[in-house]
Amino acid sequence: MLKVSHLSKTYAAGDKALDDVSFDIPAGQVVGLIGPSGAGKSTLIRCINRLVEPSSGSVSLGGTVITGMSSGELRAVRRRIGMIFQEYALVERLSVMENVLSGRLGYVSFWRSFLRRYPAADVRKAYALLDRVGLLEHARKRADALSGGQRQRVGIARALAQDPELLLIDEPTASLDPKTSRQIMRLLIEICSERHLPAIINIHDVVLARQFTERLIGLQAGRIVFDGSPAELTEAVLTRIYGEEDWTTLDNEAEAA
Amino acid sequence: MVNSADDSGLLAGSKSGAAYPATFKRPPMFIQRAWLRWVLWTLALVWFVLAISTIEVNWTRVAEGLDRGWRFVKGFLTPDFISRWKDIYAGLVESLTMTFTSTVTGVLLSVPVGIGAARNVAPRFIYYVCRSIVAVSRSLQEIIIAILFVAMFGFGPFAGYLTLSFATIGFLAKLLAEDIEDIDESQTEAIRATGASWLQLINYAVQPQVMPRLIGLSLYRLDINFRESAVIGIVGAGGIGATLNTAIDRYEFDSAGAILLIIILIVMLAEYSSGFVRKWVQ
Repeated sequence: MLKVSHLSKTYAAGDKALDDVSFDIPAGQVVGLIGPSGAGKSTLIRCINRLVEPSSGSVSLGGTVITGMSSGELRAVRRRIGMIFQEYALVERLSVMENVLSGRLGYVSFWRSFLRRYPAADVRKAYALLDRVGLLEHARKRADALSGGQRQRVGIARALAQDPELLLIDEPTASLDPKTSRQIMRLLIEICSERHLPAIINIHDVVLARQFTERLIGLQAGRIVFDGSPAELTEAVLTRIYGEEDWTTLDNEAEAA
Repeated sequence: MVNSADDSGLLAGSKSGAAYPATFKRPPMFIQRAWLRWVLWTLALVWFVLAISTIEVNWTRVAEGLDRGWRFVKGFLTPDFISRWKDIYAGLVESLTMTFTSTVTGVLLSVPVGIGAARNVAPRFIYYVCRSIVAVSRSLQEIIIAILFVAMFGFGPFAGYLTLSFATIGFLAKLLAEDIEDIDESQTEAIRATGASWLQLINYAVQPQVMPRLIGLSLYRLDINFRESAVIGIVGAGGIGATLNTAIDRYEFDSAGAILLIIILIVMLAEYSSGFVRKWVQ
């Protein structure tokens, strides 16, 4: 489904954020991307929809090669990739409904979007998605009137409004409390299995990652140092990814959860 | 690995409370060397004293001026709205017309220029073009532009209208561009990730973020334009300024006082109502 091969990114300042990263994700698989801050997790998922331009290597989605596309083609492929952000990245002063409908921007003309006259099917879909994430009655509220967990649900609805074939999820729980984090993770996993959607979830919370994903990729200084199931994520592997630390408490935590 | 070592070092190495100093003096932020700081302060003081001493004061003229000033104050205290009312009214209407039309024109023109002058949304080439427009507009003071336009299009409010429209572009486009450069990039990124076009990006991610400030700045510019319309009238660009100039030339300080009071009143009204609107659009 998604094929990333030999992807590298060197920023203008000379920092090597990604170094020869390759992996495949089959349809319907949810992958947790773990690693210390600055390991290149954010850069990696942004290279996939080219919000960050990769320096070399290739990315292809369902056979379409994304790297090297013209900007017009890129827009068309971006709408097939839904993205969910750490700080929700909703447009704060727009209504919840407009935020969800903005997921359709790639499909409608400028005038339709400017006048907010979306096709009936799009509007119906947006309401259905708001209902799915449990926010139907909030459709007319301004996005900044919602709580953190609710905002992230709007972010999820916006991504799904795109009818994506892949979800890129950047630290979905970093701004949320532990309970809301688990609710959001559960919702994401449910939605992915309902729609048979593959997803990459950047996540720094190893316990959550183990609990909710079926495959983990560990990134360290821009390189993949681990790729396997949560069960294979041993203390030795954690040390390889994050460095020396007492990991036994983490195991206890995971068992408790 | 490194971190944990550092942490434990910090904890193990802590001293007993008494060993810590009890005073803290703010470290010098700009100039580290004390002697250099003192030299600079002394030079600034010497320069100031020398500069003051070169100003020549002609005391007889000061006395005359005080006398004239007092007559002005007396006129101001007994404002005469009646005898020149027709001129005042005509000047006011002209000024207000000039203010509104030029603000609307200026805002309409400065929105595209402002977007073009924002580094984060405009292509490099457009960015430099728009920045140049802003720079030219800002480098010329209103009075100078008014003198040019009066010379080109003759006396009257049309020259004033052009002047204020042009000046509005420099002011508004620059502040709008700076506001666009300060927007929350994550919202732009999210809209870009949906496959939105550039226009949709401006409409959905940029406009909602800058709209309250754009409205606030436009209203602020409206009252600046009214005040400027009074100033540029003096160089022949029509409006209440021309009326004021005539009144002063004729030594009719009472009428001049009335005009100044009206200007102050209108500016205060504009100030109050724009503050109200700004709060409302947040």
